[in-house]
Amino acid sequence: MAGPTEYLPKTFRPRVSTYWWLGRWSYLKFILRELSSIFIAWFVILTLLQISALKRGPADYVQLQEWLRRPILVALNALSLFFVVFHTVTWFNLAPKAMSIRVRGKPVSNLLITAPNYLAWLAISAAVAWLLLRG
Amino acid sequence: MADRITLKVTRYDPGRDHEPGFQTYEVPLRKDWVVLDALNYVKDKVDGSLSFRWSCRMGICGSCGMMVNGEPKLTCATFVSEYMPGPVSVEPLKHFPILRDLIVDISDFLEKLTKVKPWLIREEERRVVDGEYLQTPEQADTFRQFSMCINCLLCYAACPVYGLDPLFTGPAAIALAQRYNTDSRDQGTNERLDILSQHDGIWGCTFVGDCTRVCPKHVDPAGAIQQYKLTAAKEWIKSLLMPWGGR
Ligand code: SF4
Ligand code: FES
Repeated sequence: MAGPTEYLPKTFRPRVSTYWWLGRWSYLKFILRELSSIFIAWFVILTLLQISALKRGPADYVQLQEWLRRPILVALNALSLFFVVFHTVTWFNLAPKAMSIRVRGKPVSNLLITAPNYLAWLAISAAVAWLLLRG
Repeated sequence: MADRITLKVTRYDPGRDHEPGFQTYEVPLRKDWVVLDALNYVKDKVDGSLSFRWSCRMGICGSCGMMVNGEPKLTCATFVSEYMPGPVSVEPLKHFPILRDLIVDISDFLEKLTKVKPWLIREEERRVVDGEYLQTPEQADTFRQFSMCINCLLCYAACPVYGLDPLFTGPAAIALAQRYNTDSRDQGTNERLDILSQHDGIWGCTFVGDCTRVCPKHVDPAGAIQQYKLTAAKEWIKSLLMPWGGR
């Protein structure tokens, strides 16, 4: 951008405060969503830990389960679950924004785009639950 | 109803002040007055040195955007009485350099706007004698919403990404690029994509969504950007699968 000239004198550049995200709910929600990636990473690591324990044999797996029963880890996993659900819901709600589908010249309602996502989520969760609980 | 209300207005004289400060004015409170009317009252009756931009007074020209009680608003479309009992703060649009009082420097936006080529691009221009490019009402409907933008820049003032990284192309410029991309007469989508798929283009957006919330014309710039991301991702996958495919 051009610097100060005779016609465009000096300007004042306001600075964005470090705490800008505290001022408004939509900003805070956004920061929480960004933060959720840390918890998603934790779930990925946890899954890897479980797989490696499985590979090492039943004794190791039982040990891992013991470790996971500690209150601090239960709390961490509950918090992570909250963030993962938060991330998923905000992501699904975003889908209709990105897909502007028109049928016979009319935009398709948002619900028609969001609903299949939720249904797929439910179906996959049910399938996983069936796999785990059937035995 | 009380008959007066206090305005807290940003004052900044670049020749004199080190940084902006506030000045308060008491103005009559009229039911039919918008914030811009109150500012004009101050300018006409109290302090002629107060500077601000405005023109149409009917939400069309896009020049009267300011922060009213911390929210980006068109001051010609915001009633003072909404802020009873006051005081009402009126500040220059956030995230732009302040030139004087309530006037901000928007040259950064204007430069970005030209960069995204918001005009019809044709591979080959048709000769004038061959007539206009025809379009059905349905085709016009696909971009109508994006064409409603009045360049008021409220969305830039609402966007924290733009505040933190002024290189970000920003909501309105991307929405206007999308307006031409979705125009059946346009053939410039790829040309614009080359510019907008760079880091400071669409990928700068982290979907805060506040631009859409504050837009007085329901342009939904956040939606435009997400649509654009989808297009860019599709193009990228295509180029991976068919590197010889050219565009
Ligand atoms: S997109 Fe909306 S808020 Fe942004 S400049 Fe255009 S009209 Fe104003
Ligand atoms: S004065 Fe034109 S939009 Fe407000």
